[in-house]
Amino acid sequence: MSLRVYAIAYLVFLYAPILLLPLFAFNDSTIIAFPLKGFTFGWFVELWETQALHDAVKNSLTIAVLTAVFSTLLGICAARASAKYQFPFKGAIMGLIMVPLVLPEIIVGVSLLVVVVQILDWNLSMWTVVFAHVLICTPFSIAILNGAFQNMDTSLEEAAQDLGETPLSTFRLVTLPLVAPGIISSLLISFTISLDEFIIAFFLTGSEPTMPVYIWGLLRFPQKLPAVMALGTILVVLSIVLLVVAEYFRRRGLARAGLKDKGGFL
Amino acid sequence: MTKPIIELSGVEKYYGDYHALRDISLNIAEGEFFSLLGPSGCGKTTLLRAIAGFEDVSAGGLHLGGADMAGVPPNKRPTNMVFQSYAIFPHLNVAENVAFGLRKRGLSAAERDAKVVEALEMVGLGGYGARAAHALSGGQRQRVALARALVLQPKVLLLDEPLSALDKKMREQMQGELRRLQRQVGITFILVTHDQEEALIMSDRIAVMFEGRIAQVAAPQELYRRPKTRQVADFIGVMNFLPAQARVVGDATEVEIAGLGAATLQPDQCPGGPVSGAAQVGIRPELLTLLYDAPAPGMSVAEGEVVEQSYYGDMTYYDVALPGVPEPLTLSMKNTVGRPVLDRGAKAQVAWDARALVLLSD
Repeated sequence: MSLRVYAIAYLVFLYAPILLLPLFAFNDSTIIAFPLKGFTFGWFVELWETQALHDAVKNSLTIAVLTAVFSTLLGICAARASAKYQFPFKGAIMGLIMVPLVLPEIIVGVSLLVVVVQILDWNLSMWTVVFAHVLICTPFSIAILNGAFQNMDTSLEEAAQDLGETPLSTFRLVTLPLVAPGIISSLLISFTISLDEFIIAFFLTGSEPTMPVYIWGLLRFPQKLPAVMALGTILVVLSIVLLVVAEYFRRRGLARAGLKDKGGFL
Repeated sequence: MTKPIIELSGVEKYYGDYHALRDISLNIAEGEFFSLLGPSGCGKTTLLRAIAGFEDVSAGGLHLGGADMAGVPPNKRPTNMVFQSYAIFPHLNVAENVAFGLRKRGLSAAERDAKVVEALEMVGLGGYGARAAHALSGGQRQRVALARALVLQPKVLLLDEPLSALDKKMREQMQGELRRLQRQVGITFILVTHDQEEALIMSDRIAVMFEGRIAQVAAPQELYRRPKTRQVADFIGVMNFLPAQARVVGDATEVEIAGLGAATLQPDQCPGGPVSGAAQVGIRPELLTLLYDAPAPGMSVAEGEVVEQSYYGDMTYYDVALPGVPEPLTLSMKNTVGRPVLDRGAKAQVAWDARALVLLSD
């Protein structure tokens, strides 16, 4: 019984603040406080008319798509190597690849800034953000894809070769279709992580702010706050949609491989 | 023997320090049903995978149909394999699975479909083409794997413990079907199994392997009746062993068996070659008889006591202690009408024919 109370309290603490977003996004007042004034779409209209925001969203989407593609490609290589081959220091190497999962982002951000500006002497741009996001998203991709590759019976690949396929066509005809759900999950997760990542983007972004950096900038102007709430509402809805899609593909992958569901994100 | 399709000479395989295959030399004939039999870890699967091309051999030669297979990848070898897990592609349906290997054969869609249908009918799965892979039972998956391999008409079909995942009834049914299928298509089958009964039932010849080495290659009857070593005799069926002293006299061998007395053995009863001095005499349970009536002419008789009895319905197995024999002898009797099943402690007369004995070195 007490556990049930705890669970409900936990969920309330977790989701109540998020529920406030749409509440104030439709509230006809610049002050974020109760009582509510009236219903309006005004803040969404304002979003629609702010060019700087559109640029920030476009930057973020571009960075997120590139990050998703690159980190998933790297994840495929690493997960396949770890599932298929034995090599010296495998445990240590896989462990080190996973470290960015637990490293504080502020440390990653500062050290990358030093490397990029002082050592590599690059200009800060969208590409430096992509570079950094790939670094932090790859461990997630590897973790997701490791599952997909390890769930696959290696004799399936052997069977394809035995039936006349080269290693390359085996990968295309058997391996890829079977790990495709994992690839889609990996793309979606790294896309989501990159999209709302703030600290690293804040350090490494040049003159093209990402959406979270832009929102942070808006906070200095209280009259813009309800617009941020509106933006937040859109993001919450998008995140939920993405997560549901990712989970759908994960389950479909399990069903295809004829495996039992052992729990996932949802 | 007809022309060999597989020639192995001095094949060795190391995994680091582990010596998996030791000096394997073997010829397998075209159209033969050949089994590799041995306990787990004896190297039989490694040998099969080496023939398929999934393992490189460390030394020695491997020829398939006269062609050297060194460095030839699995997709270029005239072999196809039925995997222990069947390896049915889960994202393809039954017909697509069977058609998988035909992709590179340059067939028209109609020709390909006809071959798939024919292959599925051959394994008794006519009409299952559109079925999803995960909706198949174990026996059906096995059949799909067979059809997928046989549709390519390989020179050699390799089967890696294909029946081990099936229940007993299904396994017995598939044993018969595999044998029938092999006769029908005339392709060389190489079966890896740890089940000696399965190997005896299905094979033309059997290679028994222990610790990476081939201990004996023989037809089932010869392997059962004339095992070359005690290890082989122990692995194939049940055999009683009695310590004995052997002396070669001309062609024959005189033996003095502990508790059973003297006997004269012919050369074919020494399958491992002539033995003298301390030796083991082996005899199968079914070649020992409990006497209910007078002994048949030429049989030797000893009297003992039943110490253990196991009733199997059609058969009864007895352990009979004989004076002077170190271990009780196991013997089996058919339960015919009017033949009583003896209880423990009953006195029993055991009879045997000296021709049933096998002499093995100690």
